[in-house]
Parts: sequence; structure tokens; C-alpha cells
Amino acid sequence: MTDDVRSFHADEEPHHPEGHSTMLGFWIYLMSDCLIFAVLFAVYAVLGRSYAGGPGPRELFDLSLVAVNTSMLLLSSITYGFAMLEMARDRVKPMVVWLIITGLFGAVFLGIEIYEFNHLIHEGAGPQSSAFLSSFFALVGTHGLHVTFGILWLITLLVQVGRFGLTDFNKRRLMCLSLFWHFLDVIWIGVFTFVYLMGLI
Amino acid sequence: MTLPAQDTATSVLFGRLSWDSFPFHEPIVLVTFIVVMLGGAALLAAITWFRLWGYLWTEWFTSVDHKKIGIMYMILGIVMLLRGFSDAIMMRLQQAMAFGGSEGYLNAHHYDQIFTAHGVIMIFFVAMPFITGLMNYIVPLQIGARDVSFPFLNNFSFWMTAGGAVIIMMSLFIGEFSTAGWLAMPPLSGPASSPGVGVDYYIWGLQIAGVGTTLSGINLLVTIIKMRAPGMSMMRMPIFTWTALCTNVLIVASFPVLTAVLVLMTLDRYIGTHFFTNDAGGNPMMYVNLIWIWGHPEVYILILPCFGIFSEITSAFSGKRLFGYTSMVYATVTITILSYLVWLHHFFTMGSGASVNSFFGITTMIISIPTGAKLFNWLFTMYHGRIRFELPMMWTLAFMITFTVGGMTGVLLAVPPADFVLHNSLFLIAHFHNVIIGGVVFGAFAGMTFWFPKAFGFSLNEFWGKISFWFWVTGYWCAFTPLYVLGLMGVTRRTRVFDDPSLQIWFLIAAFGAALIAVGIAAFLIQIAVSIRDRAQNRDLTGDPWQGRTLEWATSSPPPDYNFAFTPIVHDIDAWHDMKVHGYERPAADFKAIHMPRNTGAGVIIAALSVACGFGLIWYIWWLAALGFVGILATAIAHTFNTDRDFHIPAKTVAQTEAARTQLLTRGA
Repeated sequence: MTDDVRSFHADEEPHHPEGHSTMLGFWIYLMSDCLIFAVLFAVYAVLGRSYAGGPGPRELFDLSLVAVNTSMLLLSSITYGFAMLEMARDRVKPMVVWLIITGLFGAVFLGIEIYEFNHLIHEGAGPQSSAFLSSFFALVGTHGLHVTFGILWLITLLVQVGRFGLTDFNKRRLMCLSLFWHFLDVIWIGVFTFVYLMGLI
Repeated sequence: MTLPAQDTATSVLFGRLSWDSFPFHEPIVLVTFIVVMLGGAALLAAITWFRLWGYLWTEWFTSVDHKKIGIMYMILGIVMLLRGFSDAIMMRLQQAMAFGGSEGYLNAHHYDQIFTAHGVIMIFFVAMPFITGLMNYIVPLQIGARDVSFPFLNNFSFWMTAGGAVIIMMSLFIGEFSTAGWLAMPPLSGPASSPGVGVDYYIWGLQIAGVGTTLSGINLLVTIIKMRAPGMSMMRMPIFTWTALCTNVLIVASFPVLTAVLVLMTLDRYIGTHFFTNDAGGNPMMYVNLIWIWGHPEVYILILPCFGIFSEITSAFSGKRLFGYTSMVYATVTITILSYLVWLHHFFTMGSGASVNSFFGITTMIISIPTGAKLFNWLFTMYHGRIRFELPMMWTLAFMITFTVGGMTGVLLAVPPADFVLHNSLFLIAHFHNVIIGGVVFGAFAGMTFWFPKAFGFSLNEFWGKISFWFWVTGYWCAFTPLYVLGLMGVTRRTRVFDDPSLQIWFLIAAFGAALIAVGIAAFLIQIAVSIRDRAQNRDLTGDPWQGRTLEWATSSPPPDYNFAFTPIVHDIDAWHDMKVHGYERPAADFKAIHMPRNTGAGVIIAALSVACGFGLIWYIWWLAALGFVGILATAIAHTFNTDRDFHIPAKTVAQTEAARTQLLTRGA
């Protein structure tokens, strides 16, 4: 151990390509975001039966509407996947088209959600009515806010791609948004199952 | 606080804000306000006079250098320590006076704000900046990296933390702070019991700072996983880096819970939802559960890096490799996991039943096993070592004794039946100050004295450091031992006036202890001033003033912007010690250009807009909140269009910097 010749410094810089840890960082960010949703799910689990004499899921939820809504979000995830496939082939135009379709599906999802919220509030079932509705609006609303930011981000990236092309920078960002978008999909499946389906059992 | 009737135009413009929001009627606050304003004006005038704004902006505020950001965190922590300690001494004075029919000098509303602010400031804006600052400065150096993984994010995180501190400080002079205690438990913090702006200051101060903390947690976590020098496997990482890794895991896994629970409380307060209310199906006990799911990991977030600091110091000042490196790592990881399984011990009395309480009582006691293993590791490191009793080592020894006592009273509190007696008493206050001062504060001071020469190129004055040390340690014992006694006698926390005159003597002793700590803090400030004055005599030319063992001592003091001219290769646990043993020679030629991130002002701007947005939300000045929010989005989006993010330090500059160091080294030898 004493006589061996050791090299103590790298003559060449170890290759850290630009942004080599972005995906890991974004994953960890998503996990922290996931914990926010975990709290909201837990709160819903605790308060979801506290109707305070007001209406419950059976009276309020319109499952067919939610089914349409869910399919919008699931379809948007598929189209985002198509966009990523096009990105892998470096075909900008089809990628942009798929991304626009994704954004439109997202917008329709949001539109239906806003309609649902508006409808509930007008029926007198707003977030102030009972702990059940407070936790419902908080969980679903937080998801909706995420989708809103996702759409905003998507528009920003479309502008970026239009301006700078498919640079490594933009590819990385599109990958991050892809993770974000699918993550929101997974969260929605949880919402759909635990809030809407189980609420109607 | 009742709001005067205002016409609509003013209320649109200023929300709840009016002339009555300023503390003209509170003489103590008014005098503080005037002093702070004069001091602040003098500081700003001095900066302007010496034309320092440009320098501060380009070299510090917009810097993405982890070293400068680390130093800014430490400065923030020290400034806020003065504020938090002022609150402490006011409480001690009040409690020492308020006997025999005396009301003391603080009214109830003011006193309640003070104990709330003390807790919030000490945890979020003193302890957290100290810990984050030390990790920021040291971790990249210890792993042989040039910076963190996301340098811009690092700058942004710092400014969000500072922005949170600004919000909390504003509450001192504009309006009021929360009176609901440092965790703002509902229904006391709800809109009915706390209609004023106090709790809103609390919420938005913590939310803004919380964004910074979460992002810096992600950043350091990725840095440690991805940026280690070649050869540094996980089990060759320095212990401080290991503890930093675990702490950042805890940050990422617990701060989102705080964010979520504060959002729910915000909804309760702002739009009248029923999460934590007593009516319409709400459940305040859920708040207690959720806030402690964050709160308990939080105390380990603070203490784990301190364990790391003490480990580095013990082995450096005993001249030995750390005893039981592997067991130290496993103990750290075990504590990380267990810290998630004990939160309920903060509310045994809430009524979860005997089985649940027993489970959490036992998990709490189990935590003392890995912690005890750590203590034995430090003791065995010292055993047969050639111990040098210099300042960092003295803080470490004081920690070992003080913290052990705190740990034992913690185990005592972990016994649910005992907790039913001691809950919410001064015994609890004594316990957590015992571990937080004895662990985190002593750790921060140990770390600061240990790494100060690395950061600034000269060491801290020994004499004033020892004064500070002895006053802090004796002051701690003098201030908090009486609280153990009082707690056992049943005195509850947060009490403003007392009836039983026989208790007064204990409060007098405690107040005397606080005065000793005040001397300790003053001596610390003098120590820094004297050290800066005498810096020529105390230069560290070697870069390795304490015979260190880890990589941060391999580079110069202060390190160059790029940290290491060549990325080091690691062969052993104590990488720098290993290099010294094997006759390592610094490379003197063939330098290459080094790729570095470029400074940006986006972080400062977004944080400033966040403060504006938060202020608008606190005071119901909706236009300001909306403007701030849109501004944040616009700046963030604009920043993504900035492609000028990096540059190369030319090989010639690197060669010059390294040659200058070679000269220093020959001068030092």
C-alpha cells in the first residue's frame, strides 16, 4: 500500500455533459410534488366522508362527465408520447403538431373541470360547504393547477423550439415536461379511482 | 386588530394596510423600529458612499458560486440569530419580572408574538441557513466538484430563503406577527381566533422560504449523487457529506408536507374551507398530525449535518481516521429512516390510545441507539488519539456532554405516561433547547471556526473564540437547567405572569444564563471583527491549517472560483490524508480551461417579486399580489430564454492562480 503509484488528479476533465443531472433532479422534484399529492389524498381519506349534512359524492358526481374528462387526459398522455417518439427521430414538425394536440387535450380537460367546479359551486356545493368538499376541491384543484402550469410550460417550449430549434437544451426540457405530464396522468388515475369511483360505490 | 372603516378606493389600493398598522402606539417596537431604520440607513449610505452596490450585485447577489452562496447563508443566519436572540432575552426578562402582582413589561399580545417569532426565526431563519450554508460551502469541495448540479437554482434558493426572512422581519414593524406559537396550531390560528395579519405573515414567510429549502434540498441531493470525484464511491464519501445526503433526503421528503399543510391552512383562512375548523366536518387534529410529519424530520434535518461536522472535527483534531466509519454511515441512515416513524410523540396527549402511543414511544427510544453508537464512535476516535484542544474540538466536546443530557431527557419524554405529566411544560422547552443549542448551535459554531480559514484565508481569533465558547456553554446550562426544574414542578410553557413567588428564583437564574449567552454572542461578533482586523497575522497560506483529512483542505484558502485546477481522484476514505501520506505533488503545468456557470440576476428578481406577492396576499392588496405573481412567471419564462449561461476560465488564468498559490505555499513553508 505504501509504494504503489497513485494518480491523484484527472488530467482530463471527467466528462459531465451539460445538464447531465437534470433528469435525476427533475425526478426528485416530481417525487417531492408527489408528496404534496400524498398529503392531499390523505386529507381526502380523512375528511372525504365528512359531509356536514350536505350533499355527498352520489348527489354531486357525474361519472360520465368525469369519464370523458379522464379520457381527455389519458389521450393527451398518449399524444405526448407520440411527440417524444418524433423528437427521438429529430422530426420537428410532427413533434410540434403532436405537442399542440396534447395541449389542446389538456385545455379541454381543464375546461371540463372548470365547468364541473362551476356547476358544483352553483348548486351550493362549494369548497366552503363541508370538509368533504374542501378536500375534494383542494385535491382536484391542485391537480388542475398543475395541468394549467403544464400547458403554460408547453406553450413556452413550443416558442423555444420555434426559436432555437431542437437543441439539447430543448430536448431535455421536453423530456422533463414529458415526465411531468405523465406524472399528472398517474395522479389523475388516483383521483379518478379514489375520489370518483370509490365515492360512487 | 380591528380595522377602521375605509373608503373603497383606499382599500383597493392598500387592502388592510392603514396608518394604524404601524407601531406608533407600542413604544418598545417604535424604538426598535427607529434604531433599525437608522442602522439600515447608515448601512445603505455606507454601501453607496463606498460605491459597493456594483460589486455586491455582480460578485455576490447574482453569484452562482456555491462558496459565495454558502457565505451569504451564514450571514443571513447570524443576522437572524441576533433578532431571534433579542426575542429570547425579552422573554427571559418578562418571566423574571412578572411575579408578585407585577405584569412585567410586555402585554399579552406582544409577549405571544415574541415567543412565536422566536421559535419561527430560530428554526427557519437561523438553524436552517446555518446548516444549508455549511452544506453549500463544504459539500462540493469535499466531493471534489466545481459547483453544485444546478448553480442558478442554488442562487434562487438562497434568495427565496432570504425573502422569507424579509417577510418575517416586516411583521415587526408593519402590522403584527402571529401569536399562535411556532407551529400555528388551529383553531387558534384560524380566522376566528387570529383575524389579523400575524398568521398570514407566518404562512407566506414560511412558504417563500420553503420553496428555497426544497429546491436547495433537491440540488444538493443530486450534487452528491452525480458530482463526486472519480473514485469516491458512496462508502468513501466524507461523513459530513453523508450526513448532508441524508439531511437533503429528509428535506425533499418532508418540506412538501409543510407546503401542503400550510396551503390547506391558507385556504381555511382566505376562502373559508373546513380542513382544520371545528365545524362543518373539519378536523384540527389532522393539522397536528401533518405539521409534525414535517416537524419531526425537520429536527433531524438540523442535527444530522452537525453530527457530520463533529465527526470531521473529532478525527482531524485526534489525528486519526474516524472510528467506525461504516457504522457511522449506517447509524446516519438508520436515524434518517426512523425520524419518519416517531412524529406522534409530539402529541401523546391528543388521545391516540395506548397501543399507538406505545408504538411511537418505542420507536422514539430506538432512535437513541444509532445516536448512542455515534457518540461511542467519537469517543473511540479520541481514544489513543493525539487530541488538540483547539476551538472546534472544544465545541465538539461541549456538544458531546450537553447533547447526551438532552438525549436522555428526550428518552424520558418518550415514555408516554411521563409525557402526560411533562407535556407542554418547561421541561420540554429545556429538552429541545438542550439538543438544539447543544447540538445544532454548537455544531454551527464548531463548523464555522473549523472552516472559517478555508472560506476566508485567515483563522478566527482564539482568545475571543474561547470567551464566546465559555459564555455560550455556561450560559446554556445556567439558562436551561432551571427550566428542567420548573418543568418538573409543573410550570407550563408560554406563560406570561406567575402567582407563586417561590418560582421566581429559577427564572432569575435562567435570565442570568441568557445574559451569559448574550456575552457569548457579543464575543463571537468581536471575534469576527478582531480576526478581520488581524488577518495579516492569521493567514492560512497552506490551505490546510488543521491537518485536515478531506478534500476541501487540498485546495487553497480561500479556494479559487473553480475549486480544483484538476479534478481529484479518490482512493481512500480520507482522500486528502491519503494524498499527503502518498507524497502527493500539486500539478504545476498543463492547465486547461475550466467550464463554469455564469452569474444571473434572475434569482434575486424572482425572490423580490415573491416578497411583493406575499406582502400583497398578507394585506389583501390583491393588485400587488397579482402583479407579483405575473412578474414571477414572466421572469421565470424570460430566464429560460437566456442561453448565455456558461463560460470558460482560460487556461492562462488558471495557471496564474495556481502559480500564485505555489508562491504562497513556499512562503508558508
